[in-house]
Amino acid sequence: MKIEVRNLSFAYSNNRMIFTDISFDIEPGKIICILGPNGAGKSTLLNCIANMLVPVAGEVLIDGVSTRRMQLREVARAISYVPQIVIPAFDFSVLEYVVTGCAPRMGTFERPKAEHYEIAWQAIRLLRIEHLAEKPYTEISGGERQQVCIARAIAQQPAVILLDEPTAHLDYGNQIKVLKTISDLARRGYGIVMTTHNPDHVLLLNAQIGVIDRQGQMTFGSCAEIMREDYLQNLYETNLRILSIEELDRTICAVPNLNLGVGGSNDD
Amino acid sequence: MKHLDSRKYTALLIVILAVLCLLAASIGRYSMNPADVLRALYTKAKGIEGNRTMENVLFLVRIPRILAAVFVGAALSLSGAIYQGIFKNPLVSPDLLGVSSGACVGAAVAILLGFNLAWTQVFAFFGGIMAVNLAVMLARVLRNTSNIVLVLSGIIISGLMGSILGVLKFIADPETELSSIVYWQMGSIAGVNLKQVFAVMPLMITAMVIMLLLSWRINIMSFGEQEAKSLGINVVLLRGIAIICASLLTASAVSISGTIGWIGLVIPHLGRILVGPDNTKLFPVTLLQGAIFLLLIDTISRVATSVEIPLSILTGLIGAPFYAYILWERKTKLT
Repeated sequence: MKIEVRNLSFAYSNNRMIFTDISFDIEPGKIICILGPNGAGKSTLLNCIANMLVPVAGEVLIDGVSTRRMQLREVARAISYVPQIVIPAFDFSVLEYVVTGCAPRMGTFERPKAEHYEIAWQAIRLLRIEHLAEKPYTEISGGERQQVCIARAIAQQPAVILLDEPTAHLDYGNQIKVLKTISDLARRGYGIVMTTHNPDHVLLLNAQIGVIDRQGQMTFGSCAEIMREDYLQNLYETNLRILSIEELDRTICAVPNLNLGVGGSNDD
Repeated sequence: MKHLDSRKYTALLIVILAVLCLLAASIGRYSMNPADVLRALYTKAKGIEGNRTMENVLFLVRIPRILAAVFVGAALSLSGAIYQGIFKNPLVSPDLLGVSSGACVGAAVAILLGFNLAWTQVFAFFGGIMAVNLAVMLARVLRNTSNIVLVLSGIIISGLMGSILGVLKFIADPETELSSIVYWQMGSIAGVNLKQVFAVMPLMITAMVIMLLLSWRINIMSFGEQEAKSLGINVVLLRGIAIICASLLTASAVSISGTIGWIGLVIPHLGRILVGPDNTKLFPVTLLQGAIFLLLIDTISRVATSVEIPLSILTGLIGAPFYAYILWERKTKLT
């Protein structure tokens, strides 16, 4: 399934444009990271792709058909959305929560049956969270909740999974765990679009990158094209470095000692 | 806490309700044997001549009242559970969107205009519906579709209706009209007849059936608007249907019984403790518990003392402490 984002622009009613003319393709097995400063419209972009907000211009095509001409339910069969930490009001069990992922494929008055619970269990097993299945969703940790949300996204059986800052509010160990899960999902053929504030995550995932700047323009490219020191230093106004570390067998993005003039623009 | 097997519990509630109906039909100032009640039902159904006095008491007084208690209790409880699911807030109740206070204003207007009981009920019904519409419209004018804005609109409309009711009471004749308004506000089904019950039953049953069918979708709504939308649910439509159904249930109930507080808040809570938050289980359980609770309360108020105690007083006396107990019991989960 091919999903194309074409010339999307968005503005809340009568206000300035949040972003303009954003285009890229979401391909199976590829990860796209959306970077950008706070308020640049990263989450808004995900909402537009998921058909939850209507863009003022442009469209999202699923296999060539514009989502503007599709029902929410049809879009939900192709694209699932993992919101930022959700605080539920009622203590549903994890299994009951995950099975709601089947909703887009069920009739209006239908209730989940054995086949739907089987789909939910498959998703739960895929994320290795069987031990959480019967626990109340309100009583698990933030890291576990993120895994549960991703399980529900998988139960939706989509082509593409959108994740809104999946590592926010998580401790370091859980951040890495979520990144591993995401990389595993890409290997299984899901197309992934996620927002993040951490450029090092982009390197870890070897992802494609879309950077939304303060003017609402997006620069899109591969890891190698975008993850250059000069570009990122300018973007974050920070004296960060990109270094290849042999012991880690990867390239990292990190800042030097805080006394070495972080926020390099101070020198001007 | 481990939840009950909801199927067994639902079956148990049905049995309890049936037994309680029979008992309620039997006891009272004119006491009957439950067997006589069943026989009277049988002869009536077959069109055979039976005991005239017994039939009069049963079909003109007790059965209308039992039906009213069962349906009002069920409707108020279910509408509470629906509002709580839709507004993903276990602390809201049918009074929330101004339904009850709007119905009071409607009833008070009818009383001031000197209309009879039937018209008072019609006015109460439309007063309740009008208040919900105002609340929903206000939320729309505020250009915000989020739940919290709707809740706030409901509070605003409730406050407004409360003040209008105050004005109406102030200008009411203290000898006659004022007492009618106050008595109506306290809630009672003492004077209800079959015609009144049958007038609202189709509406109530329709709303109940629709909501039982949609109960699983209300689960998804209770996770939040964004999540429901991302699962392909037409949030505006589903919420609209749910609010209309819940408000019809409340307004229908209030129109025949006056305002009866606490049921819509306490009964769904009790259900949630016993069978969990899944609305496919909770809605039927809440419905039955509400019916049982109000029938029990009404029978007590009818039998216990020589003067009938208004229902709202009893539901408050039982409901308020019980609700405090629930909050104390689950204090860890409300932060």
